[in-house]
Amino acid sequence: MADPMRIRATAVGDSTEVKVLMNHEMETGQRKDAQGKTIPAWFIQSVTATYNGKTVLSAQWGPAVSKNPFLSFKFKGGTKGEKVQITWTDNRGDKRTDEATIS
Amino acid sequence: MPAMIRRAAVRAAFCVGATAIATTACAQTSAVDEIAKYRAALQDGNPAELWEARGEDLWKTPRGPGKVSFATCDLGLGPGVVKGAYAQLPKYFADADRVMDLETRLVWCMVKQQGYSEADATKNPFGGPGQKSDIEALVAYITSESRGVKMNVAMDHPKEKEAFALGEKMFVYRGGTHDFACQTCHGEDGKRIRLQDLPNLMTVAGAQKAYTTWPAYRVSQGELRTFQWRLNDCFRQQRFPELIFTSDASIALTMYLARNANGAVFDAPSIKR
Repeated sequence: MADPMRIRATAVGDSTEVKVLMNHEMETGQRKDAQGKTIPAWFIQSVTATYNGKTVLSAQWGPAVSKNPFLSFKFKGGTKGEKVQITWTDNRGDKRTDEATIS
Repeated sequence: MPAMIRRAAVRAAFCVGATAIATTACAQTSAVDEIAKYRAALQDGNPAELWEARGEDLWKTPRGPGKVSFATCDLGLGPGVVKGAYAQLPKYFADADRVMDLETRLVWCMVKQQGYSEADATKNPFGGPGQKSDIEALVAYITSESRGVKMNVAMDHPKEKEAFALGEKMFVYRGGTHDFACQTCHGEDGKRIRLQDLPNLMTVAGAQKAYTTWPAYRVSQGELRTFQWRLNDCFRQQRFPELIFTSDASIALTMYLARNANGAVFDAPSIKR
């Protein structure tokens, strides 16, 4: 089970700013370990953000994204006290969903 | 290649015209500015937060053979008190009869209170790919609770004075295959390695600026690094024998630098390239 994300969501005017830190190794598949063996690729492949059951962001990621990625985006709408959900899925099929309350 | 050299030459000429001082100083300033911009851009999403969150869990959860949490661990301000604790470390602890920095104190609590063996408590001081270090996470959480607190390292006890004096001596001691001392790189203003500015740790301002920004998330390593790691890596770069984790030598050097940073506002975990 992956470690939790840190999510901050703030209402700014008529939109909501969301900042997410994800816990992930994001191995490219290009690196080798101390024995010279290739470390298998292991990275987040898709990220989805939902608000009120509606998808507000959907992204496909690859191995070029850094370790412990930081994602920041804005979407129209969103009111204080409501929840934003973020889900990622990696290439091993591991999944993690966390939510935050808009402040 | 020729194009690059030409560009460098043009830039050097421009610098001479602009400042009439050494050309290197000019090139250095612009690079430093760019690094500062890079740091500012990263500041917003510092992954150190992930370590802080994991460390807070570790601090509050009963663990080890004794199934005890850190609630009984005294970091100098009373059992379980974390707020502001890091800003007054290292210090002398009567129960251990030793001057201790944060990492050493954590290991002491893990051994004396949680029932770990000394070997288990110190086996993973620095994390790497696929192996997370509990010590690094705990340090991230505890130091984050001193953010905004003024450094206030005491030097009343004879052993604290002794540690400071030893640290000072080590700082200027030349040795190893390269005949280096800490002072070689950190005893003069305006020194750098490649594009990295090196703080002059023998001045109050330099020590304050450096000490208050560790621990830090190193982007190039994808790990949060503690002060013990910083010293360990300095020793590696100097080709000194490995600095043993939580050794008296490591604590003495920390004591020297922490004490010199007194009065500055602590501001870490930070983020570095």
